Amino acid sequence: MSKAISLRRQGTVKSAGAPGWNPLSISRGYGGYLIGFASLFVIWHLAAVYLVGSALFPPPGQVLAKAGVLIWSGVLLEHIAVSLRRILIGFFLGSLAGIPIGLAMGSFPAVRKILEPYTEFFRFIPPVAMITVAVIWFGIGEESKIFLIIYTTIFIVILNTAAGVGAIAKNKTRAARSLGASSFQVFRYVALPATVPYILTGMRLAMANSFVTIVAAELVAANEGLGKMLWDSRLYMLVDDIFVALVSLGLLGFVIDRLFRWAIFAFAGRYSPVA
Amino acid sequence: MALVSLRNVGKTYRSLQGDDYVAVEDFNIEIEAGEFFCLLGTSGCGKTTVLNMLAGFEQPTTGRIEIDGRIIEAPGADRGVVFQGDDSLYEWLTAVENIEFGLRMRGIERKERRDRALHYLELVGLKGQENKHPSELSGGMKQRIQIARVLANEPRMLLMDEPFAALDAQTRLSMQSELLKIQASTNKSVLFITHDIDEAVTLADRIGVMRAGPASSIKGIVDVDLAQDERERTNDRFLDIYKTVYGMIREEVGIAMSRQEKAAGQGA
Repeated sequence: MSKAISLRRQGTVKSAGAPGWNPLSISRGYGGYLIGFASLFVIWHLAAVYLVGSALFPPPGQVLAKAGVLIWSGVLLEHIAVSLRRILIGFFLGSLAGIPIGLAMGSFPAVRKILEPYTEFFRFIPPVAMITVAVIWFGIGEESKIFLIIYTTIFIVILNTAAGVGAIAKNKTRAARSLGASSFQVFRYVALPATVPYILTGMRLAMANSFVTIVAAELVAANEGLGKMLWDSRLYMLVDDIFVALVSLGLLGFVIDRLFRWAIFAFAGRYSPVA
Repeated sequence: MALVSLRNVGKTYRSLQGDDYVAVEDFNIEIEAGEFFCLLGTSGCGKTTVLNMLAGFEQPTTGRIEIDGRIIEAPGADRGVVFQGDDSLYEWLTAVENIEFGLRMRGIERKERRDRALHYLELVGLKGQENKHPSELSGGMKQRIQIARVLANEPRMLLMDEPFAALDAQTRLSMQSELLKIQASTNKSVLFITHDIDEAVTLADRIGVMRAGPASSIKGIVDVDLAQDERERTNDRFLDIYKTVYGMIREEVGIAMSRQEKAAGQGA
């Protein structure tokens, strides 16, 4: 208790002197995360053991033990690797296609008018709904999953990229023109770097949505992956396995999002990303 | 021959509703090489429209705008623009990278452009700040980067659109005297837009006072025949010129207000 107060005091004193400093020391470093995660598991344990007390809601210790078994046998890592691989390939391809399309849509009104019907139409057909046709077209193997992740990624990246180009201050391009830049140079040295924060934000959102899509797709039609693991465990009433899969998804998403944020700040910090 | 001339220039905007708005009509000025020309007028009188046309961002509806006898059709490196806000700076580049941007676009070799950029960075008093990004610099410093960026490109003339309007009074005063020094040492022509009479008399060789809009034009041109040490707000000759210009602006404010009242009366 007294430690928390002293932390807060330090925070206010420092924040008065240094602009941009976070008011709470806990918000720096990883101490805050540890406390947060620890409390999550404590509450989970209390709820499972004292509140519910049912075999249908296993406490964290039991789930952890089961996870150990599944890791040891290689099953869990296999499922994770399959899901992750599908997400990364689809995400990479979707971003690769979405960025140039978004740049073109943001830069040229004619391209925007031609492509807007596509983006505005497919935007309202959720990837989960596309599972149906994806499976019919591509079967239950890798192709259908990768198609669905591309579908999930591409529109978010396109819309964010195009919005980023549209948000460039007019004076930035005007300044470049009157400093002697050609139209191509304005695009390459002004529009492109000014849009980087928006592109990265779009990719980060797309990554989060890819998790939703992959689980749904694997629940419906797959031979392996975390979604498949969830579905099979439900069939055989393996509640512990369900929880292992759920926790894996949460941790995986969290870690990837952190990595993404870290990469944004490490490689694109100069573009003042909004992430 | 004058460096820049605007002859019978007019600019009409068409609104989305299809109504025409005449911003500038029958506008005439000439600016000599090395001259500091201030365009002064009440807000909304079309000062920025004139600057945008001279910069090549917009085309005049009527009349001719020439620099060195050539008609201006597009933006060009011979006319450097300093904007009012700081949104024209590239926040992903450092101060010195912003300053060398024009040189880089024109294919000047790395070593040479860096040397030139550092020279102008020093000239505007930012020595030691070269590796900072715009977000780490104050408003005054950012305007200095804009000025250095334009100077490094060595244009024929500077177009400045109320560059100090967003700065606090003290910073504004020091920026004004720095600009006078820089202009004296580089001998660039300047078109400087302001609505601040005091600023115009402090800086200009000549002041073009604009009429109240719409369909604005030059009401009159005032020669500011002051030596460097007379450009003081308490100097008698400074005050004489100030009063002359103030009288002209006051007339225009009166006209603008009576027009507004008339328009409000019609609306009611």
